[in-house]
Amino acid sequence: MSVVQANMHPLDNYLRTERLPHVWCSGCGIGTVLGAYLRAMKNIGMDPEKTIMVSGIGCTGRAAGYVKMDSFHTTHGRPIPFAVGIKAARPDLNVTVFSGDGDLFAIGGNHIIHAARRNADITVITINNFIYGMTGGQLAPTTPETGITTTSPYGNVESPFNLAGLVAVSGASYVARWTSLHVRRLEKSIEKALKKRGFSFVEVLSPCPTAYGRRNRMRDPVDMLKYFQEHAVVKHHINPLEGVIEPDKDFIVGEFLDAEEEPTFEDKLWEMTKKEFLYTSQAERTAWILEHRRHLETLSKIISGRGER
Amino acid sequence: MRLTLTGNQANAWGVKLSRVQVVAAYPITPQTTIVEELAEFAANGQLDTQYIKVESEHSAMAACIAAENTGVRTYTASSSHGIALMHEMLHWAVGARLPIVMGAVNRAIGPPWNIWADHTDTISQRDTGWMQFYVESNQEVLDTIIQAYKVAESRDVLLPAMAIEDAFILSHTVERVEIPDQELVDEFLPPYNPPDYLNVDDPKGFGSLVMPDWYMEFRYIIARAQEAARKRIREVTKEYAEIFGRDYHGLVEEYRTEDADVVMVGAGTMVSTARDVIDKLRSEGHKIGLLKIRVFRPFPYEEFQDIAKRVDVIGVMDRSFTFGYGGAMFSEVKGAIYNTDARPKIKNYLIGIGGRDVTPKMLEDTFRNALRVKDHGLDREMMWVDLKGGE
Repeated sequence: MSVVQANMHPLDNYLRTERLPHVWCSGCGIGTVLGAYLRAMKNIGMDPEKTIMVSGIGCTGRAAGYVKMDSFHTTHGRPIPFAVGIKAARPDLNVTVFSGDGDLFAIGGNHIIHAARRNADITVITINNFIYGMTGGQLAPTTPETGITTTSPYGNVESPFNLAGLVAVSGASYVARWTSLHVRRLEKSIEKALKKRGFSFVEVLSPCPTAYGRRNRMRDPVDMLKYFQEHAVVKHHINPLEGVIEPDKDFIVGEFLDAEEEPTFEDKLWEMTKKEFLYTSQAERTAWILEHRRHLETLSKIISGRGER
Repeated sequence: MRLTLTGNQANAWGVKLSRVQVVAAYPITPQTTIVEELAEFAANGQLDTQYIKVESEHSAMAACIAAENTGVRTYTASSSHGIALMHEMLHWAVGARLPIVMGAVNRAIGPPWNIWADHTDTISQRDTGWMQFYVESNQEVLDTIIQAYKVAESRDVLLPAMAIEDAFILSHTVERVEIPDQELVDEFLPPYNPPDYLNVDDPKGFGSLVMPDWYMEFRYIIARAQEAARKRIREVTKEYAEIFGRDYHGLVEEYRTEDADVVMVGAGTMVSTARDVIDKLRSEGHKIGLLKIRVFRPFPYEEFQDIAKRVDVIGVMDRSFTFGYGGAMFSEVKGAIYNTDARPKIKNYLIGIGGRDVTPKMLEDTFRNALRVKDHGLDREMMWVDLKGGE
């Protein structure tokens, strides 16, 4: 007798399907980007059992709750320090930060430049929707000049960050920017980011029709995709400072930076500490930690009377 | 003028009427709609204020501190993790003696994540030196903001204050709110006139170092300022009642405590529900009353020493838990009474934590439990109300 599995989505094995449907609004681009991320993982054969997703607060921050991996839904702005901590303790794991522009560049803005500077071996995917979506549409550090938000009801007077440019000049190993319209190129780019040893960063411009679009003459989700289609110019390896995004003007998407691999933060930590300890490799150190933990678990079961004696 | 406002809108109206000159804030649920309303007031010219959309709550408080140091009236609003992130700067505002007012919308702390009413966020700022006003209605939110500036800016106080409202129960729920006349508010709350501020004609350093031979004296002066605030709050509340006709009775408000054997203590919105439950139990002949903690810092210890002489049982309801012993309000009430001759039984009820609805039924069970303490003695010090699986 054969078992037929009906209605299986190709990514079901990567999702906590019992947590669906998700909270994202219709027309939101986060699902598209999460899909591209999971397909990229699948394409390169990255083991979800060995992959950790870390996210912060905001609409994008909810992604960590939907993926079938170990995941952390951290405090606002802090997913990068969490990720760096995980990677320092367990360099054998793949660690991805998946969070929004407000989370990673406003309240957590300090951390991203330092993780890039150190070349921490983590991958950061940032959804840039130009707004704080979860709290209802307040001014973000990415809101274009003149942008209307609930806290800039008569227009924005601040200059936004050029996220990809900022990370590229901070010391990252791989930096790209796409939009949620460039699904296939985004997927390929995430594959490269995941495979890259060192700090890799992918910015994805994504529509928020609910909190941003409807206040800024892009009421329909398709309006924003049209804006991406008409104004996104694909260029690679540009001067990162050319990556500014201005209202109603063309902007650059593509691979900003794909640097030669250099020793990562974790490599350098290892180089320093191996002189003091007797491991021959990082893998041996991890194996020792895991073995030691298994002994501890057995011991605690025996103590609590639950294990076999 | 009467308007139908949410607690958060009432909060923003209080700020507008207080003619705040600098606002610095960062979005967080359930606070955000306060600063959205203020952004609208600032943008359409209804309020002459500079509104800075900072990159975190820590920056919000830092910006308020520095702006206030130049001699202007400032405001911010936050909740939960936002208040926690501000913690370092909250201490600074007190040490620098800056009468900043913050709208604090009570929300639980994670993990697990929870956005609903819970007092842990503000209770855990107890030791910073901020005054804390817990309110129970949208009208009280508005009135308290104005009063808080008046108390905070008093020359013998000069301490910051939080006007604290429960998430969603007040913040996102509408009530009819009386808007006081601007002229009367201006008379009640004159422009901020600090004794000391950034003045290039009189150069000075801010945030200087002080050696161990004097630091303690600075802390003592702050302790004295909190004592002065106790007196000032009573005066300001009375003056406000005379001008605007609404009396919040200083630091605590008693309800049907005359001849009571048992008095229940609480703060925030639960006390509104509690009044109805007290009425019901009174109609059955039980001698039970209510004491609302309106001001938690400075702590109303004299009021508690007074009520302790008159009752047999005090039941303290905490909407937060201070791990390691009991609810903070319970510990403070008990501590305030210890060195007096009064010996009522004091029991702690942990209730409504993480936004669990505090229903009349839940309160009735709790109050009947306190009545049993009167008849049968104290069975145990703490009780978690409506706990799944029991204790």
